[in-house]
Amino acid sequence: MVVTVGYYHWFIFFWQTLLFLALVFLLWKYAWKPILNAINDREEGIKDALAAAEEAKKEMQNVTADNEKLLKEARAERESLLKEAREIKEKIVTDAKELAQAEGDKLIKQAKATIESEKKAAVADIKNQVAELSVEIAEKVIKEQLSNKEKQLKLVDDMLGDIKLN
Amino acid sequence: MRNPLLVNFLLVFTIFFSVTIFANESEMNSDETKTDLKTEIDEYIQHHLKDSHDFSLFSYTDDDEVTHHVGFPLPVILWDNGLVVFSSSKFHHGEEVVASGNNHYKLYHGKIYKTDASGTINYDPDHHATNIKPLDFSITKSVMMILITGFLMFLLFRGLAKSYSRNGGIAKGVGRFFEPIIIYIRDDIAIATIGEKKHQKYMPFLLTIFFFIWFLNMFGLTPLGVNVTGNIAITTALAILTFLITNFTGTKTYWKHLFDPLGSSMPWYAKIPLYVILIPIEVLGIFIKPFSLLIRLYANMQAGHIVIMSLIGLMFLFKNWIGSSLSFGLAFAISLIEILVAVLQAYIFTMLSALYFGFASEEHEHAEAH
Repeated sequence: MVVTVGYYHWFIFFWQTLLFLALVFLLWKYAWKPILNAINDREEGIKDALAAAEEAKKEMQNVTADNEKLLKEARAERESLLKEAREIKEKIVTDAKELAQAEGDKLIKQAKATIESEKKAAVADIKNQVAELSVEIAEKVIKEQLSNKEKQLKLVDDMLGDIKLN
Repeated sequence: MRNPLLVNFLLVFTIFFSVTIFANESEMNSDETKTDLKTEIDEYIQHHLKDSHDFSLFSYTDDDEVTHHVGFPLPVILWDNGLVVFSSSKFHHGEEVVASGNNHYKLYHGKIYKTDASGTINYDPDHHATNIKPLDFSITKSVMMILITGFLMFLLFRGLAKSYSRNGGIAKGVGRFFEPIIIYIRDDIAIATIGEKKHQKYMPFLLTIFFFIWFLNMFGLTPLGVNVTGNIAITTALAILTFLITNFTGTKTYWKHLFDPLGSSMPWYAKIPLYVILIPIEVLGIFIKPFSLLIRLYANMQAGHIVIMSLIGLMFLFKNWIGSSLSFGLAFAISLIEILVAVLQAYIFTMLSALYFGFASEEHEHAEAH
């Protein structure tokens, strides 16, 4: 089979060039430009959206970190407050105890002193009363014993007798 | 049919070819020597590879030995001291002489010749017709296919462009299939070879040429089998456009590269003997690059068509089950490969064009690195 390569028409060349250029122009104006623009816009949009998402993520992380920090601070503050409160409580309790102790001691001391003085007074009173009673009793006894002669004599005898013994 | 453009197109198409399918009859003498099958197939393939002045779909010979041609007539436009326009159906497939004013034209072996009233063709000793050929600007089968492809491309990509504005920047329908290809051409062909900064002005050419070649290649594989990209005139026209764009957008660096490739790496007296050889080679390269483009596309498509049609022809020649089914299998396999070749050739043409544009638009700082 012989392939004829010699077939060559200039009019096809002419039409092809003309039609192709027209096609390039038309497609550029009505298709490629809007298509490429749309694709570009979309890509830009996607890029922007991704960047925005990244930004939001970062912000979110910042916020979370801030929260964490705040929480930590709050916790630390609470801790310190609690600690302080505990210390204050302990101090108050200790102080109160000491104060109570001192007050109690003081009261006890006073009471003891009062008791002592009361006791002394009472003992002195009792001594006085006992002395008076003794004197009264002695008076009564002497009065009784010296009511008759015999007894008076006897007493004298007895006394004399005692003196002898001494 | 929501698309008003499509409706308009169909309307124009129907009016233009108001007598669309015409059957043309020609008497064949029964005593005429019948060519054997082999020659017939050979001629058929030859005929198929050629362009023609009418859009024939198929032809058959009925019981009365009358050949019927089924297809569309196409307008014939000639420039012969004035514009001459008539329908190609008047030629009756080369069997009749067409009279237009005082001039007569005859279709002979796919070309139009000016003849006398009886349609005599004169031959030189090598059996080439010596009649005057008027300037032929006819809308032939190939030109028709170019028009249809261009129109389809316009509809398709206009639709895609519109679907973006309608759907908020997202492609709908077939555009979803073509959008990644457009992005691929932009990112992996244009930006990769020309660069981010300058690729934009080449994009319309690259996108159009890719889809144009691809679609025409694919049309060539349909049963219509219009061998447009296998026509060397078509590939020449495309390659010349690449050539023109390359050299008209060439930067100072590009031209300096061509005529002073060694730059300041050598003193001028040492460069002279080298440049006697180098500059002609570089200048030749400007022309060889697009030439390789046109030959590659033409040869690939032409060869593909010849192989497929020969294998199909073999099916009729073998006339036995094994041979014919083997040919069928082979033809089918080659057809599948041709589908790949169709897109591959479009890709190669686009890629190499982009590469040449890349050389042409090279900037100074990049050239320094060489």
